[in-house]
Amino acid sequence: MTSPAAATADYLDQRTGIGGAVKEFARKVFPDHWSFLLGEIALYSFVTLLISGTFLTMFFVPSMTEVTYHGPWASLQGTRMSEAFASTLRLSFEVRGGLLMRQVHHWAALIFMASIVTHMMRVFFTGAFRKPRELNWVVGFTLLLLGLAAGFSGYSLPDDVLSGNGLRISDGVLRAVPIIGTYGSYFLFGGEFPGEALIPRLFTVHILLVPGLILALVGLHLFMVVLAKHTQYPGSGRSDRNVVGFPLFPVYVAKAGGFFFMVFGVIALMAATMQINPVWNYGPYDPSPVSAGSQPDWYMLFLDGALRLMPGGAEFVVGGFTVPLNILIPAMVVPGVLFGVLATYPFIEAYATGDRREHHVLDRPRNRPFRTALGVSLLVAFFVLVLAGSNDLIATHFHLSINDITWVLRFALFLAPAAAFVVTKRMCLALQRRDRELVLHGHEHATILRTQSGEYIEVHQPLNEHERWIRVQHDPIRPLQVAPAQDSRGVRRKGYAADVRRAKLSRLFYADRVEPVTPAELAAAHSHGEHDALPGATAQHELVPGGHGALVADEDGH
Amino acid sequence: MSDDLELASTSQAQPDRFEDPGLPPHTPRRGDLDPKANKVSERIVVALFTISILGTIAMIAAYFALPPGQTAATMQRSNLAMGLGLAFALLGIGTGAVHWAKSLMSDHEVSEQRHELRSSDEVRAEAVAALKEGAEDSAIGRRTVLKGAVATSLALFPLTIAVPLIGNVGGDWDVAKFKHTMWKKGTRLTTDPLGRPIKAADVTIGSITSVMPEGIEQTAHPLDEKAKAVVVLLRLDPRDLKIQPGREDWQYDGIVAYSKICTHVGCPVALYEQQTHHLLCPCHQSTFDVADGAKVVFGPAKRALPQLPITVDSDGYLVASSDFTEPVGPSFWERLR
Ligand code: HEM
Ligand code: FES
Repeated sequence: MTSPAAATADYLDQRTGIGGAVKEFARKVFPDHWSFLLGEIALYSFVTLLISGTFLTMFFVPSMTEVTYHGPWASLQGTRMSEAFASTLRLSFEVRGGLLMRQVHHWAALIFMASIVTHMMRVFFTGAFRKPRELNWVVGFTLLLLGLAAGFSGYSLPDDVLSGNGLRISDGVLRAVPIIGTYGSYFLFGGEFPGEALIPRLFTVHILLVPGLILALVGLHLFMVVLAKHTQYPGSGRSDRNVVGFPLFPVYVAKAGGFFFMVFGVIALMAATMQINPVWNYGPYDPSPVSAGSQPDWYMLFLDGALRLMPGGAEFVVGGFTVPLNILIPAMVVPGVLFGVLATYPFIEAYATGDRREHHVLDRPRNRPFRTALGVSLLVAFFVLVLAGSNDLIATHFHLSINDITWVLRFALFLAPAAAFVVTKRMCLALQRRDRELVLHGHEHATILRTQSGEYIEVHQPLNEHERWIRVQHDPIRPLQVAPAQDSRGVRRKGYAADVRRAKLSRLFYADRVEPVTPAELAAAHSHGEHDALPGATAQHELVPGGHGALVADEDGH
Repeated sequence: MSDDLELASTSQAQPDRFEDPGLPPHTPRRGDLDPKANKVSERIVVALFTISILGTIAMIAAYFALPPGQTAATMQRSNLAMGLGLAFALLGIGTGAVHWAKSLMSDHEVSEQRHELRSSDEVRAEAVAALKEGAEDSAIGRRTVLKGAVATSLALFPLTIAVPLIGNVGGDWDVAKFKHTMWKKGTRLTTDPLGRPIKAADVTIGSITSVMPEGIEQTAHPLDEKAKAVVVLLRLDPRDLKIQPGREDWQYDGIVAYSKICTHVGCPVALYEQQTHHLLCPCHQSTFDVADGAKVVFGPAKRALPQLPITVDSDGYLVASSDFTEPVGPSFWERLR
């Protein structure tokens, strides 16, 4: 042992046995793809939030005690406001770099949420949540909820008019809950709205509870990624039994480390050039004033939109008790359905597919038409709600009547996702058919040849084996079939009805499908000559009736 | 196996699936072949890290040279200068490291085997045996009373934290406060935020004013009171006003007062359209017709804005004749109880 590095390593290893871990991890292989960066952006913007947030805690005063403002910002001179708002002004005008850190923090929060959502979309559309990663999907989903909680609690801290109105809306929603609603409101605000307890409470939630939980769950999330190794996109040489990519050290240390600085750098650039949440223009919270066109941060807009679309008539009174369904449906049922589907989707799909193997090669979205269509229709519904959350801005911008927009969006909330579902599913099937065409007939050249017999044919160039593999590597998935109601001795078996339901679900997922080309079909195509239409490529032939994977009772413990 | 597959495989003896052709050949980068290109890449990386160093220096310089000052302009200038310094400091390191990895580190893909996550059957058997052994040691299976005692004590003990927490966290838990405001017979209407009493004669037709009860600043929690008691005062041409049955003496010569708190989820209802007499809530666009008892004409709210009965006192000032006769603001379970 001569060099200092070697001496340090020796010292550490003798006390921790870290050598084993280094050997294990240093050359661990990670696959490369741009879409794998989305999760990294979420991680790095969270780190950025931790750094900028810690800076803010040094100057922010989480108190609703009233003070009179005597600072440099002239237009609020002598105004009464909470200490929280006054300290946010101080951060913006008197702490050098304080405004920068506030804007870094707020932009990082928006990017954090956007990257979580797009990361989730990547995982959804590529089927990365399949076994053995279902549990990690649930961890990720919990992180999404925690992200919303972090954003909401942080947005409310400065105690300005906008965030105060957001809180007032939350209070209204909370009170709508039957039986316990009013107590929920007292629980949150320590008495009547707005009270003096809320900001200190939200502060604890915002800087201790939620970030602590996020940190712990991010740790678990990444641990589970390493445990199951990363998924990879399909391609030649990549299978469910291997992982192909670059080693952690040095390539990913440099790339991922560099990428952290890039994410932080882009956020800093945004904070330098784009003003966000200029609370000094809004003024301190007061229950009376409000400005039109005010909006929550983007990740809350869909809830606001749902509240806007719901017609008021749904409120009713039973036995003297008020049940405001006009609030409960948009604020509880709509997000409940959205988040419920998201949280449980891996389990629903596995149930419909009836497959218990591990999957490490990702799906191309087209190869899972039902899932892809479902995902797109959820996104469209979300988008309609976001539009509804901006209906007043749309109205003033395009000079339309807000009532008309609201009515159009009320219908669109149901029609647009349905249309998106149908269109997406058809597009997926069409893309799969095109893949089949390519595999069977090769690339088309823009040339037509005339044969000696006077026939005209198009020239086709067959795919090379790597191009072909991408298009044929996936498993054909067929709907589950129900085993007979009676067993061999003619006894009606238990769980038959459940199996029938399950088979129905399975048909919903997989009845319409296009299967990948088999070697036999390719051989047939070649023997028939390049220009012949092939039986395998016609629609009827592709929609093979379900045949394998019969739903057998013992397999599922029914 | 589907029909067409069977057909094909019997006739031609082909495999069901294609074979994975294996990793495609590696295509080298320019820098791998050309030492000059390699040298250029290295210089670019050095330049990028240098940009970072300059960025840090610029940020520190801006910190000292450009205080935020008193105006929005000086504040933005200071923010821009420091922010750009910070951004370059970070982006220099980031792009430098990534370019280094992409152009100078090995780009040969490596393949690693995966192993099923489940533990082997032997390991599972051993794990089960270990648990069984432990359970037998404790004899937990047979000691049912003890088991019950342990479970009960563990289930109960969190109450020691929960009871005092829940007891205190909601203040006095008197949710009946939602049903009353500080308006009472004779309370003067005053302007918001200045607190001046209002003479009926000074209210012009078509006007809208935000109003608070007199003396609100002297209460223990002015904001809490204001959150319930704030009112909009409007004067309509008496011919336009449809007086609601039973509310004949709630208005004074076309002057009406309605709660400003939206009956949807509680935003202040603030946008008034004089010609239509519509009052619009900016939050979710519930629209109330103030000429017709502030009933809902559009939007997600169900109930009309509660009306505050008003009259004038002997000095000609507007005063409330009582509190609201129903709870203001958003609906809740025991609202009508
Ligand atoms: C976990 C993700 C987080 C999100 C999504 C988030 C989001 C937000 C948002 C949107 C604001 C309002 C900022 C503004 O425009 O003024 C805020 C304020 C604040 N955050 Fe966070 N934050 C997170 C984590 C943290 C952490 C870890 C800390 C501290 C350790 C922190 C400390 C603060 C403080 C002190 C404020 C109030 C200061 C001010 O508004 O100027 N935050 N947060
Ligand atoms: S709070 Fe007024 S419309 Fe929702």
